[in-house]
Amino acid sequence: MNRKMVFGITALALVAAFVVGSSLYKSQRAGELDFMAQENVSTFIRMHSPMLGDAAAKVHIVKFTDPACETCAAFSQFIEQAMAAYPGKIKLIVRYAPFHEGAADIVKILIAAKKVNKFWETLHVLYASQEQWTQHHQVIVDRVWPLLERANLDVAAIRAGMNDPESERIIEQDLADARTLGVRKTPGLFVNGKALDPFGAREFKQLIESELGANYPELRR
Amino acid sequence: MLTQTKAERDWNLLFACWLIASVSTLGSLFFSQVMDFAPCVLCWYQRIAIFPLVLMLPVGLFPFDAKVAKFALPLTIAGLLTAAYHNLLYAGLIPKSIQPCSPGVSCTEKYIELFGVLSIPLLSLLALAAMTTLLMIVKRRNY
Repeated sequence: MNRKMVFGITALALVAAFVVGSSLYKSQRAGELDFMAQENVSTFIRMHSPMLGDAAAKVHIVKFTDPACETCAAFSQFIEQAMAAYPGKIKLIVRYAPFHEGAADIVKILIAAKKVNKFWETLHVLYASQEQWTQHHQVIVDRVWPLLERANLDVAAIRAGMNDPESERIIEQDLADARTLGVRKTPGLFVNGKALDPFGAREFKQLIESELGANYPELRR
Repeated sequence: MLTQTKAERDWNLLFACWLIASVSTLGSLFFSQVMDFAPCVLCWYQRIAIFPLVLMLPVGLFPFDAKVAKFALPLTIAGLLTAAYHNLLYAGLIPKSIQPCSPGVSCTEKYIELFGVLSIPLLSLLALAAMTTLLMIVKRRNY
């Protein structure tokens, strides 16, 4: 066999393998990863939004979160640190931005957990165990239940509350607000209505400190 | 094998290099176009190093011209360095600065790990290392 034939046959074999492989794969493919990108509209805090901290606190952090977002989980420590450093002066409001495929079901778990007053505990468990129930940015809801059970949360009550059509409305509202506020990535953070931009841990600390200074004159140096 | 001339051996090495480039190209197209794994920015830089070789190396195969090794090496070396960096990042040996999650693609996202170890960045590193070695041999022998 001469070289040109070797080359030609190899090239054809590779292309054929690619074409056959593609059609085989496509015929049995399940889902694909996709995100939602959002754009523009209005409010920061809704009646249904969970709030942590003293209601009288003058500095409020609004956090649009996707429970499946790694950075949301990683970033929560910076929010906790700020709140612990200034007790009673900072409150946190969580909004839902389930951009990841399937994350809306996790939000429904959170909404149901809020009804039994276990919102923060549940959110903590979900963040901490995130890599166990996500894969390729896809959410696997069935993996969440044993994790919640292990954390002694009332899984039966949460499951029962999940199917409330009210949760759909809450998610729609939050997504609409995220759009309005230009939240396209998570966490979408606002401190007293000021967007954290550029995003970063140090920038967050600076924004918190400037809002604390503006609202609590005694903290000014 | 012992009866092979130097030119025949070098042709075979270049052909092997082309084969690796072609399999890598089709493989990465399979990941991105068929399996819908969006390539991250570092993946794109490695693709830039690999894709042109599929068309470039045959120019040196027909008729045989060892000079093509000299011209292809800058690509594979640049690709190799990118792949090395990517693997260190992927393995967590280089810390990644905190960034908001977005519809973009993280360079440390784990898509597949064949046999538990062969990740996409590792496949790229192996391919680029093999191609760089083959091209270096051809270049050394001729220049």
